[in-house]
Amino acid sequence: MSDTGIGARMLRKEDHRFITGKGRYTDDINLPGQAVGYFLRSPHAHAEIKKIDIKKAEKAPGVLCVLTGEDAAADNIGGVICGWMIHSKDGSPMKAGPHPVLAQGKVRHVGDQVAVVVAHTMAQAKAAAEMINVTYKVLDANVDPVASQKRGTPQVHDVASKNTVFEWELGDKAATEAAFASAAHITSLDLVNNRLAPNAMEPRAAIGSYDEGEDHYTLYTTSQNPHVARLVISAFVGLAPEHKLRVIAPDVGGGFGSKIFIYAEEVVCLWASKRAGGVPVKWVADRSEAFLTDANGRDHVTKAELATDSNGRITGLRAKTIANMGAYLSTFASSVPTYLYATLLSGQYNIPAIYAEVDAVYTNTSPVDAYRGAGRPEATYVVERLMETAARELGMDPADFRAKNFVNSFPHQTPVIMCYDAGDYGASQKKAMEMIDYAGFEKRKAASARKGKLRGIGFSNYIEACGIAPSAAVGSLGAGVGLWESAEVRVNPVGTVEILTGSHSHGQGHETTFAQLVSDRLGIPADQVAIVHGDTDKVQFGMGTYGSRSGAVGMTAISKALDKIEAKAKKVAAHVMEASESDVEFKDGSFSVKGTDKKMAFGEVALSAYVAHKFPTSEIEPGLKEGAFHDPTNFTFPAGCHICELEVDADTGVTEIVDWVAVDDFGNVINPMIVEGQVHGGIAQGIGQALTEAVVYDEGGQLLTGSYMDYCMPRADNLPSFKLGFTKTECPSNPLGIKGCGEAGAIAAPAAVMNALTSALGVKDVPMPATPQNVWNAMAHLREAAE
Amino acid sequence: MPAISMTVNGEKVCGDVEGRTLLVDFIRGNLGKTGTHVGCDTSQCGACVVHVDGKAIKSCTALAVACDGATVNTVEGLATNGKLHPMQEAFREHHGLQCGFCTPGMIMAGIDIVKRKGKKLKEETIREELEGNICRCTGYHNIVKAIQAGAAKM
Ligand code: FES
Ligand code: FES
Repeated sequence: MSDTGIGARMLRKEDHRFITGKGRYTDDINLPGQAVGYFLRSPHAHAEIKKIDIKKAEKAPGVLCVLTGEDAAADNIGGVICGWMIHSKDGSPMKAGPHPVLAQGKVRHVGDQVAVVVAHTMAQAKAAAEMINVTYKVLDANVDPVASQKRGTPQVHDVASKNTVFEWELGDKAATEAAFASAAHITSLDLVNNRLAPNAMEPRAAIGSYDEGEDHYTLYTTSQNPHVARLVISAFVGLAPEHKLRVIAPDVGGGFGSKIFIYAEEVVCLWASKRAGGVPVKWVADRSEAFLTDANGRDHVTKAELATDSNGRITGLRAKTIANMGAYLSTFASSVPTYLYATLLSGQYNIPAIYAEVDAVYTNTSPVDAYRGAGRPEATYVVERLMETAARELGMDPADFRAKNFVNSFPHQTPVIMCYDAGDYGASQKKAMEMIDYAGFEKRKAASARKGKLRGIGFSNYIEACGIAPSAAVGSLGAGVGLWESAEVRVNPVGTVEILTGSHSHGQGHETTFAQLVSDRLGIPADQVAIVHGDTDKVQFGMGTYGSRSGAVGMTAISKALDKIEAKAKKVAAHVMEASESDVEFKDGSFSVKGTDKKMAFGEVALSAYVAHKFPTSEIEPGLKEGAFHDPTNFTFPAGCHICELEVDADTGVTEIVDWVAVDDFGNVINPMIVEGQVHGGIAQGIGQALTEAVVYDEGGQLLTGSYMDYCMPRADNLPSFKLGFTKTECPSNPLGIKGCGEAGAIAAPAAVMNALTSALGVKDVPMPATPQNVWNAMAHLREAAE
Repeated sequence: MPAISMTVNGEKVCGDVEGRTLLVDFIRGNLGKTGTHVGCDTSQCGACVVHVDGKAIKSCTALAVACDGATVNTVEGLATNGKLHPMQEAFREHHGLQCGFCTPGMIMAGIDIVKRKGKKLKEETIREELEGNICRCTGYHNIVKAIQAGAAKM
């Protein structure tokens, strides 16, 4: 293995600019003459807009324009859309209410955008916004998703009666009912998967710029998928056709899903720039605005049951989930609690019958969509909490109970669509148990007890489906787009290489890992490779980065393009070296002719391809540039075993995680250092969900967790260092054998923490986040017993 | 508008600011040094940490006028003659950053921890001292390692 090839712990190429303060995030960009946009937002969760008086504001100092929903309608600016169609059990299509870029007639959540003020300075814009007079008729709010479908609950959208977006099902209902009817034991749990705010540290931002001379728009935005943003803004919002709109997503400071979506503010900045006579309009969310308007994650309420026979084998699983969509259907919202959730309810186990029902509901809260893991953390939480609870109820060791039910022959078709292609779940569990010294747990528990601490241990054997996704398959399930990826390889005459990719890096380190692939394949140093991404004018098209897809899908596209480069370079080399093409070999960066000492370095062949003196250009075109689109044949299935060990202070309810082992199977790994970093970050987010984080609204729909004072982000001292291990089964559905690692930690972690915590306390459930107060309440039985 | 002057990364700078202008806005807006970031509006995240007269402060929580005459160092001023500061180098070597947004604040906070607590830092100390810096990407694991290693080399 070279220092820069596949498998090397190569340091990141992108780091230099970030550690020296030279990163270029959207807010670091300032266009000449730029003005600022400031959004006036609804203070009410639910209200009719009777009147908006902007006269005074328009005349305020420094103001260029004030725009409302009426103006948007007059200019035919369409709303933002949800791109995944889900059908209810009865065959009816989901009920998507309109989502205008500025409210029209009604506001539906606190923070809903009502008007935008464009002014020279932020102070001027804010002062003018104060002068806008909005007359509201305040309506009762619908905040609790469980009450949302009840009669008498206020209606968020007229099109969705009983606030129901869809009532969806998956699996074989009759077979599952039969399994439960004949079960020896049934384990049931009522679980709440708490609502989370993604909180990328860089708040969302956008600069819209309209060029009157060219009738052309440019958008700088904090996006994980600039091409999809351009597609939606063109085809659905109808602002401008694609060739008249350039979208640039420069350095992006984290996304975790929340920057996949197309948001109203991006559209409004573009449109407002035109309305302001071509002055660029910049908007940067402050953190309070992010809490009010970024799409949230999770927010499921689930009743889940597991049926087992008298031998401890699982015979069935069923789940009924209410999924909160918030006030509007965000870009991919409908896919999250359906095809990204229920399709993973088989976990790592042989489960003959599964049936899931999901009701998606509107509430007067900000929209909910994909957040790191998207559906799969919710599924893992259901399955792994059920597994641990069932084992306890059956008096079995949770590890043995799992092992007894593992899938161990592949391919394995689950009853819920997915076909697992490769894995070795027993190997990961065994390694994790060794790493944490599972056998020594009882001793450690006794030692903790002597210090007055309750010690617990919990497993989470997650599986997820990523490398999203085969286009025809997702199309048949309702996706409005295909989920392939594109790549272009441009070899320069001197032999350096530019890779244009539709993937977008916002922390994942693509500039390094993609360069490693090229270095490995072409035998050139990684510093002779540049990765170009995030600009629709440079990269022709791409589907972006989410669903741990940039490795399995994005890099496979690059690999395919490299195949074509190699094939053409061979042809050129054959002519230059006057050999037959079949005698030319390419290895370690040079082309040689079998049985001779003739040899050419990759760079020499590149130069020959451009000079074009030594081959017939009627047969071989000059130049060396190839492109490829790759559509995956299956999802990839990373899986593993996380074990959490924690201590609870019985006097205060404070939980401390004292040990964490994660053993993951990601197939082949390009850069172990980067993969480990992804796992660390994912686990931290999962622990955050389990112990500290929750988005909370009061009964009237006011957000109570609107800043870092109230929304508790995990800090360094809430977390341990993590012990990581790896096992490997190669992924058969892509040539690199890789699976994807971006979401695994966040998917696995919450169940591991909560299984450990419930084991420590000897209770069935503690609500997430398990704050000291929630833990204290869950310990009431212990205090009573002590009295 | 009051006129202020300060020494930023060794350079004398001046400008006219409003009384309410925050130090971070002066640094980013007036001086165009965009390495210092803004991640929150409640003084919690630490993306904006700079050194003022040798001490780490959150530049989102200081008024520019209050720093009139001060010596300010930002992440852009750490490398000398093209040579990275040991703390910068350590973040790179230990993969202490992913998206890079929290990184300038983390590096500036890390250097300040060393100044106050010395070069031999226990993991526990670093974790406690990072109370005011939030990272969403790394889970802190490698940031802690980087600060420990950077401290030893300072
Ligand atoms: S921006 Fe200063 S602490 Fe967050
Ligand atoms: S590296 Fe992204 S927030 Fe820390």
